[in-house]
Amino acid sequence: MDFVLVQLLNGISYGLLLFMLASGLTLVFSLMGVLNFAHASFYMLGAYFAYQASVLVGFWPALVIAPLAAAGLGMLVERFGLRRAHPHGHVAELLFTFGLAYLVEEAVHLIWGRSAVNYKIPPELDGPLFSIMGTQFPVYRGFMALIAVAMLVSIWLVLTRTRIGLVITAALTHPGTVEALGHNVPRVFMLVFGGGVGLAALAGVVGGNAFVTDPGMAAALGPIIFVIVVTGGMGSLAGAFYASLIIGCLVTFSVALDWRLADLFARFGLAVTPQTPLATLWNIKLSQAAPTLPYLLMVLMLILRPRGLMGTREG
Amino acid sequence: MGVPMTRGRWATWGGAALALALAPQVISGGFALTLMTQMAIMIIFALSYNMLLGQGGMLSFGHAVYSGLGAYFAVHALNLVAKGAIGYPVSLLPLVGGLAGALFGALFGWVSTRRAGTTFAMISLGIVELVYAMVLMLPGFFGGEGGISTNRTAGGAHLGVTLGPAIQVYYLAAAWCFASMIAMFALTQTPLGRMANAVRDNPERAEFVGYDTQHVRFLQFVLSAFFAGVSGALSCINYEIVTAENVSAVRSGGVLVAAFIGGTPFFFGPVIGAIVYVFFVGALSGFSQAWLLYLGLFFVVMVLYAPGGIASLIAMQFPVIRSGRLRELLPSYLAAAGAAAVAILGLVGVVEMIYRVSDASLSPQMTLFGLTFHARAAAPWIGFGLTLAAGLALLRGASRRVSARWRAVQAVLGGAAPGRRA
Repeated sequence: MDFVLVQLLNGISYGLLLFMLASGLTLVFSLMGVLNFAHASFYMLGAYFAYQASVLVGFWPALVIAPLAAAGLGMLVERFGLRRAHPHGHVAELLFTFGLAYLVEEAVHLIWGRSAVNYKIPPELDGPLFSIMGTQFPVYRGFMALIAVAMLVSIWLVLTRTRIGLVITAALTHPGTVEALGHNVPRVFMLVFGGGVGLAALAGVVGGNAFVTDPGMAAALGPIIFVIVVTGGMGSLAGAFYASLIIGCLVTFSVALDWRLADLFARFGLAVTPQTPLATLWNIKLSQAAPTLPYLLMVLMLILRPRGLMGTREG
Repeated sequence: MGVPMTRGRWATWGGAALALALAPQVISGGFALTLMTQMAIMIIFALSYNMLLGQGGMLSFGHAVYSGLGAYFAVHALNLVAKGAIGYPVSLLPLVGGLAGALFGALFGWVSTRRAGTTFAMISLGIVELVYAMVLMLPGFFGGEGGISTNRTAGGAHLGVTLGPAIQVYYLAAAWCFASMIAMFALTQTPLGRMANAVRDNPERAEFVGYDTQHVRFLQFVLSAFFAGVSGALSCINYEIVTAENVSAVRSGGVLVAAFIGGTPFFFGPVIGAIVYVFFVGALSGFSQAWLLYLGLFFVVMVLYAPGGIASLIAMQFPVIRSGRLRELLPSYLAAAGAAAVAILGLVGVVEMIYRVSDASLSPQMTLFGLTFHARAAAPWIGFGLTLAAGLALLRGASRRVSARWRAVQAVLGGAAPGRRA
């Protein structure tokens, strides 16, 4: 029971981190029609910026500086790159962000080297928060979840309670009308893109030291984020939220379980021996298969419900 | 539907055949031969990729799945031949790879071609990650991290071909390359090829005409996976090893870059792209650690300024050449090329110095463009920085001049004879 509870908490905190990434991606996608392939690259940049800033001025200022720096960079990218690719269509925009992901990875190689950097959890957040029957739950996991929830609430407040939020919400569905009312829609695009990038970077700041900060972190997390967006339904924030939590829990639980299909067969009286057809397949432990599960979930979703959890039908 | 063989087509295909046949005679050397073999294989791969992106409008981030799985099946077939379990000429191994590619293309294509556009792109990325993880998970068939190695000469001699010497591998790849090029070109002329274009340009209208867009995408996908498998089997013969890297997202990204910089709107575009890409990977990676950065920058510049790739830049010149007005443009082209060269010089200098400074294992004393200097000294930083800035400023001016000239020439040509597109 304690195992289930702690893993559930771990899964939720990881799922919330995933949603910090998926929400920015979804917002930018629904506003601009661009799926930012380099989104996870900004997650990586956030972690590296935070590492650099925490070496120079400490973790707490880094928590603010790194996302702001990344957001500024994101706005420059939108203004001088993406906007130029826009007239050539969505494929050109997607390809531009794909090229950008290459460039960010190489820039990280160039500046910080090819191995992981020593980006550590600050001492005041180190240690267990509480323990349930001997299994400990770290403070930092709680902190991650707290940051994610705080960020969610503030996005919601900004989108529904502020003037700029209302302009953004209106520009989601009626960009032409918003422009006719005298709002600078390209600038709104730039702000939203920068904001999405900043959220990704914030996730990097808290995720980088919880996991690992190395040049491979973008390539490792990027596909999972896209799986979430597809599984939740393209452009649906609520769908992305549920998909993030499902995948967060799926990943956290599966790495800790050693179940095999062979054990399941054994319950029904079918013994798996080395001579059984596909014996290796039945003997794979769930923990070994963990990296494939999010993708299998996506494939399953596409077969059963091609538009995703909460997506609309493709036009 | 017959393909009209105009004089231009005879010249193009004859030229391609001649170039493939004579290349090793003209350019000699072991390294050049290795590069040319890789180019022939990459040409098939990039053309098969363009069946998706260029002809079908499907942006895939996971095309290496089909070449890689084709390569795995080919390597197992080759090892069975080596054991004497089956008798099969090694030269026809690409057929095995192609069939395996098509089989998996049908399996994954069934799932992924249900959606088009951005969703298709994301699904292809999910599938390549899935297959990559599976390949590492099932070491029995895929050999785990180390992959599966083989011996291409194990089949013995067929018609005098043992595949031992590298030149025989080149000619095998070249022959398959030429045959695949013809087959893929012929496919663009079939009703399916035409419908793929229609589904790319306007799926709704294609459906109104009575075609099932999903089915058209599916067929195009499976055929493309077949040719990807052919190229995978050839790379298995060439390298004599197949590893998980063959099915990775990295390799999938590579073929996307190759096809795009060549030019996806043109059938021959990816051929150019494959040659440039292999040059980047094979030749440049020996000179600089930062070659991926240069390739990435080149790709981004192409996306922003020449989305039709190198082929479109060449094709744009044809009407100008035909009207004999290229001479009016040449000075501005040369100026732009000069400015670009200055900018590249400065950029390479700055990038290489950053590498030297950030990697503590390298000595800061470095040699670049025949100059020897210290990477932490101020003078080279200022020098290369100024060169880069000057190059960019010159490039800005030169590109304005090119576009002014271009408009002037187009204004003259515009009324006279609208140029035919190649």
